[in-house]
Amino acid sequence: MKLQQLSLFLENRPGRLGAPLEAIAAQGINLMTLSLADTAQFGILRLIVREWEQARQVLEKAGWVVNLTEVVAVDVLDRPGGLAQALKVLESAGLNIEYMYAFSLRRGDKAILIFRFEDPDQAIAVLTAAGLHVVDAEELFSHVA
Amino acid sequence: MQTELWNDAAGGFHPVSAPDFLPAARLEEVQLRRLRAVVARAFEHVPLFRQRLEKRGLTPEAIGSLADIARLPFTVKTDLRDTYPFGLFASPMGDVVRLHASSGTTGKPIVVAYTREDVDVWAEVMARTFAACGLHRGDILQNAFGYGLFTGGLGAHYGAEALGATVIPVSGGNTERQLMVLRDFGVSALCCTPSYFVHLIERAKDVGVDLKDLPLRVGVFGAEPWSDAMRQHIESEAGVRAYDIYGLSEIIGPGVASECAAQDGLHVFEDHFYPEIIDPDTGASLPDGEEGELVLTTLSKKAMPMIRYRTRDITRIISEPCVCGRTLRRIRRIGRRSDDMIIIRGVNVFPSQVEAALLQVEGTLPHYRIILTRERGLDQMAVEVEVTPEVFSDKIRALEEVRARLAQAIEQICGIRVDLRLVEPRTIERSEGKARRVIDQRNL
Repeated sequence: MKLQQLSLFLENRPGRLGAPLEAIAAQGINLMTLSLADTAQFGILRLIVREWEQARQVLEKAGWVVNLTEVVAVDVLDRPGGLAQALKVLESAGLNIEYMYAFSLRRGDKAILIFRFEDPDQAIAVLTAAGLHVVDAEELFSHVA
Repeated sequence: MQTELWNDAAGGFHPVSAPDFLPAARLEEVQLRRLRAVVARAFEHVPLFRQRLEKRGLTPEAIGSLADIARLPFTVKTDLRDTYPFGLFASPMGDVVRLHASSGTTGKPIVVAYTREDVDVWAEVMARTFAACGLHRGDILQNAFGYGLFTGGLGAHYGAEALGATVIPVSGGNTERQLMVLRDFGVSALCCTPSYFVHLIERAKDVGVDLKDLPLRVGVFGAEPWSDAMRQHIESEAGVRAYDIYGLSEIIGPGVASECAAQDGLHVFEDHFYPEIIDPDTGASLPDGEEGELVLTTLSKKAMPMIRYRTRDITRIISEPCVCGRTLRRIRRIGRRSDDMIIIRGVNVFPSQVEAALLQVEGTLPHYRIILTRERGLDQMAVEVEVTPEVFSDKIRALEEVRARLAQAIEQICGIRVDLRLVEPRTIERSEGKARRVIDQRNL
């Protein structure tokens, strides 16, 4: 039920973002989504790709420090209040979100929320029990197949 | 001593400076007598020195001439660390009236001691230093060297008082207050690190004060290396004569050597501190005029005699007479060192200290480098550390914590604030052989 997310350390200066993305592209690997967190001095690039093992290998071979994290994807209706509804469930269960990002699917009326929790299994149980739909890798990537 | 008859702006000579002008033969007599006494004292009271002499089959009687000093073993900075804190003392604590300390190579400070006599000698050599820089009774000296464990503040303080100048013990830092004192107290002389004075010049400009309009006449600068270009900058921007002084805690603090009006090398107060130059690789003695590592022997220190202390400072001895008339030999201004010590804002920092801090936080040693810059006259130290898989996290907060822990560990060990930057792996240049750990962009 969990997704593998790759994280990369980047210095916060011009041109640093392009290189790892090019390295992945050269392998024919398509990005499902990404998020970039930054401070004045450095940033963390987080990637969701189907071929995460291959991407990780390529990036590490090229010298990047890559971190592998399990994250949870939830789909909600792509309309006002979609995210708020999911957040309310997490809040009432007292679950802390480390960080999150979201994107819309090209087809259909769904948006995907990616959550990073300290305990993803507990979060999945809470979300599922509340009737929310947790998306696994197979289902997620079938949207772009 | 009726200093008022001698030591005013018109007279310009204080009797304390008399040893500066001893005839060479008389000076050597004094040196030999004192050398024999200090070697005997160290032999009797300092076990480490005694063992080293005995290992070579030597006794203090081996010193028959000044040249025999070359037969004695060297003392190095790690000796002070290995005997921390009091192992090299030659006086019982009851005779010690003062302790100072400075940073060592691995985080442990080195401790130095002074008897009443040592403190008096220190005041004397600092008085001679200020006299050589043209100070006299009636001068108002702003002492911006730090007061405390650092030897700069108190060393300059007692010397200036002994000379009969008026001392303002403002200590280091607090630039606003420095400028207020400088502007309002009729300050005619100031002592601090050269980089701090450049900072003062810039801050004075910011608040619309032109130092050239003030009575400030003399700047006495030490505790870190600085260039002739920097001297020219200081002299033209502040309208002062800028003098270089030299010293180190292990020997006494400031007061080992000083420039004179000629600004052409620093006279070593060699009736108290005997200078030699050696080849830093072989330890062999080099003749006057040749460049090598400066080695100093304290001829009159009681509490903590230093025999052939390797300073790691690279210079050469000038034995030709000086136009000022002083017979004391001079050393060229120190430009570099034979080890990797960095002097930043008067604080001694070794890359090994930074390594110890990084190791302490990360468990393994990441690739790193130290970058030194000078911003608005103040030295800044940045440490770039490559991110390793061990510390990398997908969470910003976790990385910020790593950064803060690294910076804090370095600050604790080195005693200096650093700008810690996490950088991408493999971005710090690897060199074959010795890594280039220090990038100095200060244009010293």
